[in-house]
Amino acid sequence: MQVEKFYYDNRIVKQFAFATILWGVVGMLAGLLIAVQIYLPAANFGLPFTTFGRVRPVHTNAVIFAFVGNGMFMGVYYSLQRLCKARMFNDTLSKIHFWGWQLIIVLAAVTLLAGYTSGKEYAELEWPIDILIALIWIVFGINMFGTIIKRRESHLYVAIWFFIATWITVTMLHVVNSFELPFSWLKSYSFYAGVQDALVQWWYGHNAVAFFLTTPYLGVMYYFLPKAANRPVYSYRLSIIHFWALIFLYIWAGPHHLLYTALPDWAQSLGTVFSIMLIAPSWGGMLNGLFTLRGAWDKVREDPILKFMVVAITCYGMSTFEGPMLSIKSVNAITHFTDWTIAHVHVGALGWNGFLTFGILYWIIPRIFNTPLYSKKLATNHFWIGTIGIILYVIPMYWAGFTQALMWKQFTEEGTLKFQFLETVTHIIPMYITRSIGGALYLSGVFIMVYNLIKTVKAGSLVADEAAEAPALEAHVETHSKQYWHRWIEARPIQMLLFSLVAVAIGGILELVPTFLIKSNIPTIAAVKPYTPLELQGRDIYVREGCYLCHSQMVRPFRDEVARYGEYSKAGEFVYDHPFQWGSKRTGPDLARVGGKYPNSWHFNHMQDPQSMSPGSIMPSYIWLYKNKIDTAITPAKIRAMITLGVPYPKGYDLQANADLMNQAKEIQENLKSEKLETPANAEIVALIAYLQRVGTDIKNAPKPTVAALSN
Amino acid sequence: MKFIHYLETITGVDIFGLSSLTIFFTFFVGMTIWVMTSDKKSLDKINHLPLDN
Repeated sequence: MQVEKFYYDNRIVKQFAFATILWGVVGMLAGLLIAVQIYLPAANFGLPFTTFGRVRPVHTNAVIFAFVGNGMFMGVYYSLQRLCKARMFNDTLSKIHFWGWQLIIVLAAVTLLAGYTSGKEYAELEWPIDILIALIWIVFGINMFGTIIKRRESHLYVAIWFFIATWITVTMLHVVNSFELPFSWLKSYSFYAGVQDALVQWWYGHNAVAFFLTTPYLGVMYYFLPKAANRPVYSYRLSIIHFWALIFLYIWAGPHHLLYTALPDWAQSLGTVFSIMLIAPSWGGMLNGLFTLRGAWDKVREDPILKFMVVAITCYGMSTFEGPMLSIKSVNAITHFTDWTIAHVHVGALGWNGFLTFGILYWIIPRIFNTPLYSKKLATNHFWIGTIGIILYVIPMYWAGFTQALMWKQFTEEGTLKFQFLETVTHIIPMYITRSIGGALYLSGVFIMVYNLIKTVKAGSLVADEAAEAPALEAHVETHSKQYWHRWIEARPIQMLLFSLVAVAIGGILELVPTFLIKSNIPTIAAVKPYTPLELQGRDIYVREGCYLCHSQMVRPFRDEVARYGEYSKAGEFVYDHPFQWGSKRTGPDLARVGGKYPNSWHFNHMQDPQSMSPGSIMPSYIWLYKNKIDTAITPAKIRAMITLGVPYPKGYDLQANADLMNQAKEIQENLKSEKLETPANAEIVALIAYLQRVGTDIKNAPKPTVAALSN
Repeated sequence: MKFIHYLETITGVDIFGLSSLTIFFTFFVGMTIWVMTSDKKSLDKINHLPLDN
């Protein structure tokens, strides 16, 4: 029982804390910009790298992976060392982890603004960065498991299981969703197509929420809430039950993003059922957190940190009740593609992730700088401003979502649609304005925090290495009066890791494998053919500009949607779509059947100045598409990549592709000329027009001339 | 995406659902029994780990 002296590494905690704050500000500023752009199209500034379609992924990646990511690492590095009674496994790995992660963030911001995107939400980063993410994540894993293995405390506290589950599941999700075939140094195509791509994407996307935004934060909640309240968590038994239930059930919930789409019905039902079951373990976490404060609510009145944590946990509960409700098909029929989804996201993001991060920052910074918080009053002000900010954000979005959905579905007495799409948008502009005020308030609360923490840091000095001592772990773990199997696994982190992997893998395998292996899941439609080279180039421009962020491509089998857009979307139409572009939001109308609806000249004018074709439109202008030339040098590589992925272009077609591309482009150029519109044949706008005119047309037409050219 | 072993039909696929339900059910019944019968003192000790440090 020899007592060993060692030091906790606080420097790495400080670094992650500062990074959390920096990227939080950056990410929220990006969010404010895009919120304003929605009602003020001029705020797109007419430049490709400031346009909504490119800034929105910067916002989401910054707040999720940069803000919450660094926040997670801050919380893990602080708590893990102390729960293990051991310094982090390796200081060099800590440094590589920290700087590697920040490098990823910077690369992400630069490449996303430059238009290098995979076109899949929350997984936009292209393949070189995906590889870097995997490497840094492995460094984090080695550091974390190394610390756990050399721990001086045999029991693994519940927070650590959440960290373990986070690590293994994020690894699995990232690897599977990042299967992409590069065709250039910075661009690739998703391995998956159409329905399969959608299912993998949202298996990933929802579990990014579960295992990046939820489980690591539940883990840090289980550490920092007891610390802040100075009392133990309400029920350890409950934490065990809800942990295993959560990690098992969450994985299945992905299809709730795809209800009433072309995803096979059995997969949709699984997503719904498991999402509803998920209320139980999620609320287990919430109740465990809130009940921890039973008998101590007077402390919450005095302490801003506890205020942040209580609201965070409450928002977690609200979000995890609302989510399952949104997963019910009849509710989803109304909410999908509307701002209700955005409201739901931001209850969780601003309330749960944001507020818990702030609470932890206010707790950690004074401690590692060995000085009291500069101003409890300012922290309390931050709390109230932030809370009002959340309310002003979320309520207008609920209103907007519900209103827009009802307006979309409204018919006149004669049986025609009552509202044009654009009317439903202009009607909710006041809500968009209010939302941006809410967001600005939330951000100003963050600025107050920055000021408060800077003053705190200046008044103190970093305890870079915090002295501690604990007896070394005995060779044999002490036994208790009752042997039980969870004690067995708690002392064995590797087995915990493997069992967690099994638990999360089951859901993925059982949902994904049948979709992939069963031919009849994706009924093939004979008339559906691959995109022509020009259309493929156009599609890639569509992805690059982030069009899918405002425009869906998925007509649902509802009367109002069929009336407004045309025939509902069939699974077989998307078999060559690498990546799928079904979209999640209709800030603009659905485009699944836009092919052939408008003449080329309409698209030409609309992309240049949307308000000229649609008065009152909030769409930004895309004037650079008229000067940019199509990158024809890369056409052969694109075709070869598609052939590898199974798209049935004729063998050797990559050599022929550019000729066909120019022929089709000249046709469009001639057609535009006949309407007095001049453009070089190889302008990017021509490719985009070609793509848009093709979307959704295959199922209604006999083979078009361009397809006959393909089979030459 | 090209796979080698396409199944031609969906018949019999309910084995996936049945097996997952069985795994899930067995696991959770087992875990609940353990949770109900475990030793309170050691649980309290673990619960206090963040506070002792």
